[in-house]
Amino acid sequence: MTDTSTVEPAAIDERLVHRPLLSRLLGRPELGSVIGAVAVFLFFSVMTESFVSSLDTVLYAASLIGIMAVPVALLMIGGEFDLSAGVLVTASALVASMFAYQMTANVWVGVAVSLLVTLAIGFFNGFMLIRTGLPSFIITLGTFLMLQGANVGVTKLISGTVQTKSITDMEGYESAKEIFASTISIGSFDLRVTILWWVALVAVATWILLRTTWGNWIFAVGGGRDAARAVGVPVFRTKIGLYLGVALAAWISGMHLLFSFGVVQSGEGRGLELHYIAAAVIGGCLLTGGYGSAIGAGIGALIFGMTKQGIVYAQWDQDWFWFFLGAMLLLATLLNAWVRKRAEAAK
Amino acid sequence: MTQDDVAEAAPLVELRDVSKYYGNIRALEGVSLEVHPGEITCVLGDNGAGKSTLIKIIAGLHQQSSGSFRIEGKETKLANPREALDRGIATVYQDLAVVPLMPVWRNFFLGSEPTNGRGPFRRMDVDMMRRTTHSELLRMGIDLRDVDQPIGTLSGGERQCVAIARAVYFGAKVLVLDEPTAALGVKQSGVVLKYVAAARDAGLGVVLITHNPHHAYLVGDRFVLLKRGVMAGSHLKSEIGLDELTRQMAGGSELEQLSHELERAPVPDHLGGHER
Repeated sequence: MTDTSTVEPAAIDERLVHRPLLSRLLGRPELGSVIGAVAVFLFFSVMTESFVSSLDTVLYAASLIGIMAVPVALLMIGGEFDLSAGVLVTASALVASMFAYQMTANVWVGVAVSLLVTLAIGFFNGFMLIRTGLPSFIITLGTFLMLQGANVGVTKLISGTVQTKSITDMEGYESAKEIFASTISIGSFDLRVTILWWVALVAVATWILLRTTWGNWIFAVGGGRDAARAVGVPVFRTKIGLYLGVALAAWISGMHLLFSFGVVQSGEGRGLELHYIAAAVIGGCLLTGGYGSAIGAGIGALIFGMTKQGIVYAQWDQDWFWFFLGAMLLLATLLNAWVRKRAEAAK
Repeated sequence: MTQDDVAEAAPLVELRDVSKYYGNIRALEGVSLEVHPGEITCVLGDNGAGKSTLIKIIAGLHQQSSGSFRIEGKETKLANPREALDRGIATVYQDLAVVPLMPVWRNFFLGSEPTNGRGPFRRMDVDMMRRTTHSELLRMGIDLRDVDQPIGTLSGGERQCVAIARAVYFGAKVLVLDEPTAALGVKQSGVVLKYVAAARDAGLGVVLITHNPHHAYLVGDRFVLLKRGVMAGSHLKSEIGLDELTRQMAGGSELEQLSHELERAPVPDHLGGHER
């Protein structure tokens, strides 16, 4: 901070120079995903003509995954999973839509109620995890199955079909769409508002992880839960906070889903939870917790978006997306493991 | 410091007739011990003697089922480790003292992070954390090249020392050490024992849990022996010699083998092992 520092810190800096820049870069969890992103970008830029000119669509697809991948990454760094994240997005949209429609209130009331319900479900996940001591995989698998059933079941019960009634003509719809599903045209570039949400979430999550006490606690509860508890880290509060973070992002995503078209398909969201987890893993998160980055998860989502749209522009069969993704996941995980071993050995 | 005055005052930690049951399993029964400032109280016992249970009660991880637990004369039942820390009791565990994947400086301040700024901009004082970690470890004789390296890359002895340095830095009055030398070689053990002694000389009360009577006798002032959950003996250093301590701890049948081991690793060797 100041130039009047003592000799000691200067001595540290001096010795730090000996650590080569390359080995420091190799120590970053994001490295694998950055290399992957560049490779995928170059690949589709060469393979197809329209890829580079359609970057706005690519970024939009990436942002839909990215908004969720970021809090899911934080949760994974904290040592837990959330398999219910995908259907929670749909549940959040359904609650807002149906509450607003049935109570014939302003859509904003539905939006607010949905926030509370979604956070409550997130809290339920965290609370059950702590109370029962069961693995989060089981707890959230339960929530996932229950939500999947309830989403369709309740929607059929109320609307008679598997989709909700349109709320496009209701009061407050336009203003809510402005915030959750608008498009800002900058020249020929259509900036979808979800991209802003995505970037903001990456920035906030990175700040939390690297610079706040909460971040320290997240790394600690994932990397050594008992050690963390022993030195006074509030393990339970931290984990519940992480589940609330996922719920908050699910609410943002759910509102986007709702205000994109005004109707929600109740069966949507299944399988998306694995996309979020894959994006986080590609971004350098360890499955065992304690290591990873929010920026990495953001880049992982970018790889998703590029692959998804790239395959469309290349006019390949859509199913190759899955193959591509699986290969990417394996490669990223192997690369991350290798890089980490080297970085630790090279100290 | 005048030892006599200190001994007159209430002990930092005093257990009297403390028992702990898990359902119908008796983990600990009728254990008493005292911890005074500037003294080391050793708790000795074989595996399954109840050492871990005792440590967990003092550290606030478990609550005693019966008996009296006083901190500086005040009757206490600790709700959690945080409360123990707030009352000045810092515990260093053998295997879970640190989070291996986290950098040294993050580990050093874990759970007690200094912050600056306000409201949503409240952040960790990273500069200060890095600097302090380096200088505090240097004071303990550990010269780290990079406080950003994962603490898992340090040696076992160094990790123990980081944990001890952390406890001392945060103003602990009582330092509880769970088998600090169990997984270490002779030289590393010597290094750790040296810091234990340094903490004692700084005026802390130390509880040293160990199954190694040699290590205990080197630094201990009081000895509490546990056997199958009950107290098998309680002695001041002036009352008991190393041979007697070892004999009491081992019991008749294993005595011969242990005295044999004693001959192979007599105390002077350990003392000699201290030099780095």
